[in-house]
Amino acid sequence: MIEINKRQENHYLLISVSGEADASSSIHLDKTIREAMDDNGPNILIDCTKLEYISSAGLGVFMSYIEEISRNSINFIIFGLSEKVLKVFGILGLDQLLTIKNTKEEAIAIIDGV
Amino acid sequence: MRLSLVLAVLLWLIGTLIDILQLLAVRSEVDLGINPFLDKLIESVFLILVMAYFRYRIKTVETSNFIDLLWRVFATGLITTIISLIIVLFYTSIEGSPLADNQFVATFFQDLNRGLISVFLISTFTVWKRLILYQKSKRLVYYWNLFEVTIILSTFFTLTELTLQSSLLFELIFAAMAIMAILLSGNLKWVAYLNFKQKWKGILLILLITIYIFYFFNSLYIAPTEAGYFFENFDSLFVLVLFTFILFYSLFSLLVILFNLPTSSVFEKKMEEALNFQRLSQSVSQGENEEEIFEVLLMSSMSAVYADAGWVEINHKASDNQFIAKQISREEINHVKELVLSAKSRTVLKNPFTSEGTSDRVIVNLKRYHYKSAFVVPITLQNEVIGFMYLLNEVAESFNKEMINIINTFASQASVAIENFRLIGKAIENERYQEELNIAKNVQRQLLPKQLDHNASFDIHAFTEAAAEVGGDYYDTFKLGETRFAIVIGDVSGKGTSAAFHMSQMKGIFQSLVQMDLSPKEFLVHANAALSKCLERTSFITLTYYIIDTENHIIDFARAGHCPTLFYSKKSKTSTFLENKGLGLGIMRNDTYQNFIEESQFSFDKDDILVLYTDGISEAKNNANEEFGFDRMTKLLEKNAHYDPVMIQKVFISKLYEFCQDNLLDDDYTMVVIKFK
Repeated sequence: MIEINKRQENHYLLISVSGEADASSSIHLDKTIREAMDDNGPNILIDCTKLEYISSAGLGVFMSYIEEISRNSINFIIFGLSEKVLKVFGILGLDQLLTIKNTKEEAIAIIDGV
Repeated sequence: MRLSLVLAVLLWLIGTLIDILQLLAVRSEVDLGINPFLDKLIESVFLILVMAYFRYRIKTVETSNFIDLLWRVFATGLITTIISLIIVLFYTSIEGSPLADNQFVATFFQDLNRGLISVFLISTFTVWKRLILYQKSKRLVYYWNLFEVTIILSTFFTLTELTLQSSLLFELIFAAMAIMAILLSGNLKWVAYLNFKQKWKGILLILLITIYIFYFFNSLYIAPTEAGYFFENFDSLFVLVLFTFILFYSLFSLLVILFNLPTSSVFEKKMEEALNFQRLSQSVSQGENEEEIFEVLLMSSMSAVYADAGWVEINHKASDNQFIAKQISREEINHVKELVLSAKSRTVLKNPFTSEGTSDRVIVNLKRYHYKSAFVVPITLQNEVIGFMYLLNEVAESFNKEMINIINTFASQASVAIENFRLIGKAIENERYQEELNIAKNVQRQLLPKQLDHNASFDIHAFTEAAAEVGGDYYDTFKLGETRFAIVIGDVSGKGTSAAFHMSQMKGIFQSLVQMDLSPKEFLVHANAALSKCLERTSFITLTYYIIDTENHIIDFARAGHCPTLFYSKKSKTSTFLENKGLGLGIMRNDTYQNFIEESQFSFDKDDILVLYTDGISEAKNNANEEFGFDRMTKLLEKNAHYDPVMIQKVFISKLYEFCQDNLLDDDYTMVVIKFK
């Protein structure tokens, strides 16, 4: 099961993902990110501190937006990944394509251009 | 059947003949020596044969054949009456002439008359029997059989030569049988099944039949004595009982039909409601949709309460509410809804099936509107209200208890029908899905190699076990040369048929590209380019590609996002993971992909071990949600490095099962073990 919350904070959109992103729940994740991208906001932060598990379906969702992120020059930053989940991103190589930070502060720092 | 008819006619002829002969004998004062009993006996047997004939002729009544039966009786009566009238006419025409006094003629016609009337009586008796026995109960059948047996026996009563007027026994027996007949005449259930038109037809036919009965009675008993014909008294117990029985049953039927005329519409309505109920239960079939169920519900309900207008409104979360309306427009619907919500005069009826308030039915009286009463029924599905049905009437307070009950049953039956419909849909979907999975599994099985290429310098052993929800594990080998081999292991993202298809695409790509003898990095770049065209938007494939050179003891490899291979070095007695920079295939679907791949090389020695695997093994979970993990794998390999590949694999897998306890596989397990000699 997955729980996704979306809210606008200051100058960025914060999407919090909790639980497990498997084949069935990744559909909701896809929908939320799609809506966020359609909003045309330049900054999207994904809070994964409570994300326990991600399957290839969940990874596929993130992967499918890579090109659009780069094309529209969006600041799409994932933070708070647990060691386990971060490793999964690393093995697949997504860490080379997506901006991944440890904490929310680091993520915001990127947006602010610090 | 024919036999009995022929015999009957024959007997009648014989009987008549005997009568005439007797007459002749009396005239001539000759004693023919024919026992008078014989005549009576023949008559009795004749009657019994006629009964047998009609019993087979008039079969058990089927539904709604009542009027047909009555027609039969009417027709038989008509024929006999006409013949009888012809006889009377004949007699009036020859009145006064010597022929009129001819006893032979008189006897002949008398016997003919009697025969015809007996036929009419018996055929009517048989029809009445079928009507009475339309709804059988054990008791009824028993009493009827008793009655019928006594009637058959009574045909022989004429042998006693007792008459009604003179014999007490006759009178007693007659009274007893008459009472039996009257009691049995109370069985008139068939009347309820006639519709309005049929009831009128029935009244007419029975009236006419009653007229025949009176006519025949007259011609048998009253007229002869009045006219002074040379007619014997037809004192047959059998005939008298039949007359009584038939008359009473006709009278009772007539009265009952007459008094049931006003209520026949109610019965018809009930039948219609039952049919509608059946329609509701049956409307779930292939190709139909939920809307049809609501249509049937609305139509049946409107007909049951004589509604002037009505609609069904279904709430859909994702889209607009669905409306099915009859005799009312959308605009007016909204107006009526407002009126209903604001109406002060309302009666709330609790749903008899649940205690929650959401499914209460509401009857509302509307003032100053052309619809004076409204009945609102919620439609529920698994205790959740999914919509409402509104029934409107132009008459105030038009919904009585009966109607409310019927509507309640319709509404709950509709709920059942919808639930069934959805369940069936799910079941079919499930089945289809299972089919899909089986196909995918078969495809995957076919694609994995049966033989693994190698030479004398190394041993290789592969193991794979597919999960129920098939994933897309893949491994393959290729002999590039006597001392060079390509080995690949991969994992397609996703599950089910699409994963199986992608795997077969991957195999195709491997089999073709491997022949070009490309370096590992080149292979991946080309594979990525090929797959970019055919992978789905969110699909990717992880892969590791090795080239083993047994002559130079070198391994070149590139890792496209696949789990890092475990390598055991005999010299250091430790195992490490071969991690280098890599990116899964299909993630970067353009030329920049090559920037994310690193090609690496290392050398190997005797007894070194390579363990290729997929994430089904490393990510296998136990009851505490712990993963099998890299540490365990490292330790396991180090502990069992002295074994051959087959043994190593067995140990790994058994330890894995032990770890997982009773957790089921939800991903394929695959491992390929290579040990260098």
